[in-house]
Amino acid sequence: MKLRALLAYWPVVVFVALAALPFSQDKQVALYVQQLIPLFIFALLALGLNVVVGYTGLLHLGIAAFFGIGAYTAGILTVQAFPFQQSLPVVLAAAVVTSVLIAVATAAPTLRLRGDYLALVTMGFGLIITFVIRNLESITDGTRGLNPVTPSLLPGMDDPNLRKFKLGPGWGQHWYDYPYFYFLCLGLLGLTNLFLRNLERSRLGRAWVALREDELAASCMGLNPARLKLSAIALGACIAGLAGALYAIAQQTTGGPESYDFNRSMIALCCVILGGLGNRPGVILGVFILIGYDIVLTPILDTETQQESFQTLFPEWMRGKQYLKVSGWRLFIFGAALILIMRYRPEGLLPAARMKHELHPEEGERPESEGERPA
Amino acid sequence: MTPLLASDALAAFGQFALIGLISGLLYALIALGYTMVYGIVELINFAHGDLFMLGCMLALSFCYIFNARTEDDAGTTAAFMAIAVMLVAVPLFCAGLNLAVDRAVYKPLRNAPKLAPLVSAIGVSFIFMNIGLFWRGPTDITFPKLLLGETNLVAGSGLRFTSKDLMVVLVTLPTMLGLTLFVRYTSLGKAMRATAQNPTAAQLMGINVDRVIAATFAIGGALAGVASVVYGLYFNTVNYQMGFQNGLYAFTAAVLGGIGNIPGAVLGGIVIGLVKALGGAYIGAEWSEALIFGILIVILLFRPNGLLGARVREKV
Repeated sequence: MKLRALLAYWPVVVFVALAALPFSQDKQVALYVQQLIPLFIFALLALGLNVVVGYTGLLHLGIAAFFGIGAYTAGILTVQAFPFQQSLPVVLAAAVVTSVLIAVATAAPTLRLRGDYLALVTMGFGLIITFVIRNLESITDGTRGLNPVTPSLLPGMDDPNLRKFKLGPGWGQHWYDYPYFYFLCLGLLGLTNLFLRNLERSRLGRAWVALREDELAASCMGLNPARLKLSAIALGACIAGLAGALYAIAQQTTGGPESYDFNRSMIALCCVILGGLGNRPGVILGVFILIGYDIVLTPILDTETQQESFQTLFPEWMRGKQYLKVSGWRLFIFGAALILIMRYRPEGLLPAARMKHELHPEEGERPESEGERPA
Repeated sequence: MTPLLASDALAAFGQFALIGLISGLLYALIALGYTMVYGIVELINFAHGDLFMLGCMLALSFCYIFNARTEDDAGTTAAFMAIAVMLVAVPLFCAGLNLAVDRAVYKPLRNAPKLAPLVSAIGVSFIFMNIGLFWRGPTDITFPKLLLGETNLVAGSGLRFTSKDLMVVLVTLPTMLGLTLFVRYTSLGKAMRATAQNPTAAQLMGINVDRVIAATFAIGGALAGVASVVYGLYFNTVNYQMGFQNGLYAFTAAVLGGIGNIPGAVLGGIVIGLVKALGGAYIGAEWSEALIFGILIVILLFRPNGLLGARVREKV
């Protein structure tokens, strides 16, 4: 029992281990650790989506729109083409505020829609944002994207030269270089996690869950469904906007509109569902598996399969085709993963106790009371 | 030549409306598959658009098999054979594939929470897209112009309505009419309506609900197959991502009309086609897609159940 109590602290252990990685003196390790930055950012995005889909039970198919709004707000406030050139705190705050405002303004009229129709409206909104980004060329620079997105660290100050803090291979000079940015993203992810953990046990968090379980019953108990839905969508957009701004800074460009399209929303949703709807560690695990496979593992495997020795195992006409590349199988693997998860483990890899109980009542497992479960 | 319509601006409007109407009929044909499946199992079948795409890819194969590869083959026996075979084989293929997917993926999830089949449908859509990618590669492919379609049938009216356009009308309208009659008068159609209203009660009345659902998937798939042949012959370009785009339009059409409602899907398809053509002409082609989804949102705000959808009162 004591061991179990200790094991419950595993997220803290993982967090500390991740924070220690950049101090490794191995060059190869440093190279791989850098690639975790996008994973942290997508974990933030998935956590934001989890507030809407996991806690509140609203199917949201357009979360990437807020990711994009965050990224482009950061871009507009930073690039030379506009007379703003703001610093990091301002950029992050502006990205969050903009996405929350847009989320509230667009979601408020749609709150009376139910179920699938709400999902559709969010999907439509997500698609519209992609078209807006593509078509407002004078602001967003169309498909090229805004760059360079390199805000200064603090307002009214030159960026400090961080070279003297060099404690390992690959440590850069600017604050947005590895590993300072790595720590920033990891820290924000940790803070968000902590914030959501407390929120889950607050009045608001419990009200969301009540709404998810039965909207009619919840409203009969005096909860206001419209206000609860709006707050969930706003918080989701807030976290997604933050993630978007970080994404733009990490890449130093907003990239084209295709980074914020329907596919991005779908993949974020896949991560949330694969990991475990409504359970933060599960969601983060989902991101590490799916996105990790997609952006870390695939390029490595691809270079392997491009090699002569592998390609010559196959007849002439097959060589160089899509199906001899690991990246060619990307959609197939995502699709198969979704189908298999839904068939055999619909509660996700790391389910919330309540969800597990609902989906497998025959196991007779009582859901643990929320207060006893540190996470 | 005496123009039928008074002014050029009006003629242009008429022309765009005509184009919109014709592509709208195509969207409607795909939308019917969405709406029928939703009406019965309440599943947004995200894979439907990609099923349509695979149908196009198969139709292309028949062009190659009968060696009708280019425009020059239009009107030859080879082209005629290819079209005839694909009009039969592609709908059968799509129906079979949809049926198989339902059997393997959705059927085990009938009693699962609603999110489960939806997410599985997204998964199936990804897999179909990947199959399309492996089959034909990542680039646009020309679908041979096998129809002698450039003669204007209404020359002199100021409008352009070619035999190609007529082909779309001649295929889509009878299909929809047939479907309406089928759902209204045959016993299977009645069983479908009963199952859509209340599956439990339908089962108590001796309807084999599983068979009805399977039939719905098969018919929806066949309609997507018909649409894919017409689409290939009409637009002459296919690629592995077209299913997503057109599926989205069709799906929007289904929702616009009131999802689950067959005349609604047709109306929705025509509205989408008109908005796309007229919006593209008067506002700018790059905005027409945003306009479609904007209109979808606005209509849902004022009529949350779609244009023709019935208001459902929630039961406690």
